[in-house]
Amino acid sequence: MSDVIQQLLAAGPVVTDGAWGTELQARGLAGDEFPDAWNLTHPERVAEVAQAYVAAGSQVILTNTFGANRVRLANHALADRAGEINRRGVEISRAAAAGRARVFASLGPSGKMLMTGETTEDELAAAFAEQARALAEGGADAIVVETMSDLVEAKLALAAAKATGLPVVACMVFDAGKDKDRTMMGATPEQVAGELTAAGADVIGANCGVGIERYVPVCRRLKAATDRPVWIKANAGLPAMVEGRIVYRTTPEVFASHAPELVQAGASFIGGCCGTTPDFIRAVKRRLGR
Amino acid sequence: MQDWKSLYEAVLNGDAKAARETTEQAIAVGVEPLKLVHDFMVPAMDEVGRRFECNEYFVPELLISARAMKSCLEVIRPLLTARGDQPVARVAIGTVKGDLHDIGKNLVAAMLEGGGFEVIDLGVNVSPEQFVNAVREKNAQIVAMSALLTTTMPSMKTTIEALKQAGVRQKVKVLIGGAPITQKYADEIGADGFSDNAPAAVALARKQVAPPA
Repeated sequence: MSDVIQQLLAAGPVVTDGAWGTELQARGLAGDEFPDAWNLTHPERVAEVAQAYVAAGSQVILTNTFGANRVRLANHALADRAGEINRRGVEISRAAAAGRARVFASLGPSGKMLMTGETTEDELAAAFAEQARALAEGGADAIVVETMSDLVEAKLALAAAKATGLPVVACMVFDAGKDKDRTMMGATPEQVAGELTAAGADVIGANCGVGIERYVPVCRRLKAATDRPVWIKANAGLPAMVEGRIVYRTTPEVFASHAPELVQAGASFIGGCCGTTPDFIRAVKRRLGR
Repeated sequence: MQDWKSLYEAVLNGDAKAARETTEQAIAVGVEPLKLVHDFMVPAMDEVGRRFECNEYFVPELLISARAMKSCLEVIRPLLTARGDQPVARVAIGTVKGDLHDIGKNLVAAMLEGGGFEVIDLGVNVSPEQFVNAVREKNAQIVAMSALLTTTMPSMKTTIEALKQAGVRQKVKVLIGGAPITQKYADEIGADGFSDNAPAAVALARKQVAPPA
């Protein structure tokens, strides 16, 4: 196990951070704006989100770099600024953490599907390699490959992240099938844990999804299928439209009430995804007595 | 007469090569092309949808079956066109304005093509005006909209309003889908239908239009 991961886990389960996208929207990010571009245009507001999670007690915070791969950036005519956006993203989180939290850099999917020929393995490998290098240059403690739906793409991202020499967390979304325990492409937790472990991930996990309670059995199955620590970052349920406004119905307290079950199911890292806020992180910390 | 059940199996198993070859053989011996579609290919895609609903099939299986179906239709479509038969219907599909997510939209487009629809793919970040133009100029009978983001789903409502203002709302059926979309939302904004998965979207689209003669 890498030193960073070992040090973090020495004192028991680690509380990570919550959502960034919805927090940036709360600070004025428009629906059609690209969040990662704010690292260059509104760094102070990105820093506010990072600081809010550090203040809430997150021991690990992520970075505003989820979509900053060349393939996705090209949609916004920003492909050539991939290096800059990723480096700045890590620097902003590091400054906010100021040694009080570790910075794990976020690396998300391309948004294209390999199977339909929208992109190629070579294109993805190059885009992820470029992003991972910039995240390492920015000074990240680790890289989190997250929100992956396709194991092939996840493994390309994992290989690119591993090549930097940093520890890598690799997680996928389980939201398909009647029990919501498969990836979009049909992979089970056992397949995901097996393949990502074999491919060298330091931590295996699940994020996003359809709500925290569904991730308890997923966590248990991941844990049983790998010798690596497990990382869980669940959504605050699915969003609903109420009188034209978007609301996430899960409250911080309800979300946190599932945290002990996750720990029992073998989770070593616990945080939130879409719809969660610093209040969710505080509630999880309280519930875990940390 | 030879039984063309192997065509059903080929589509169901996503074997594009076998599906196309069987179609060609059948046509060569004078089988009515629409009989191949209705008796073997459509039932195969229905079974694909059923297996998807019961978690036996996932997205990769959907895609390869749709591909097999499409390779058969490439043989059949020119024959139908030559004698003046129309496709099931023309669908204008796109991810709504402000939203750049195209995986779900592409999946539904592939399944619709496999289902015998003519698909006009308007791409991502599609403005209400572009949808209106597709109805006016390309004569689309169905408008299919996708949104992944809660922040962009209101564009669906804007597009329906634009269709009304342009006076073409009555000419088209509007179908919507995407992660945050619900039947309730579809009802709220006056869409004709909602589907939470790609095979069901094809069944829904079929229900909206009259079957081919």
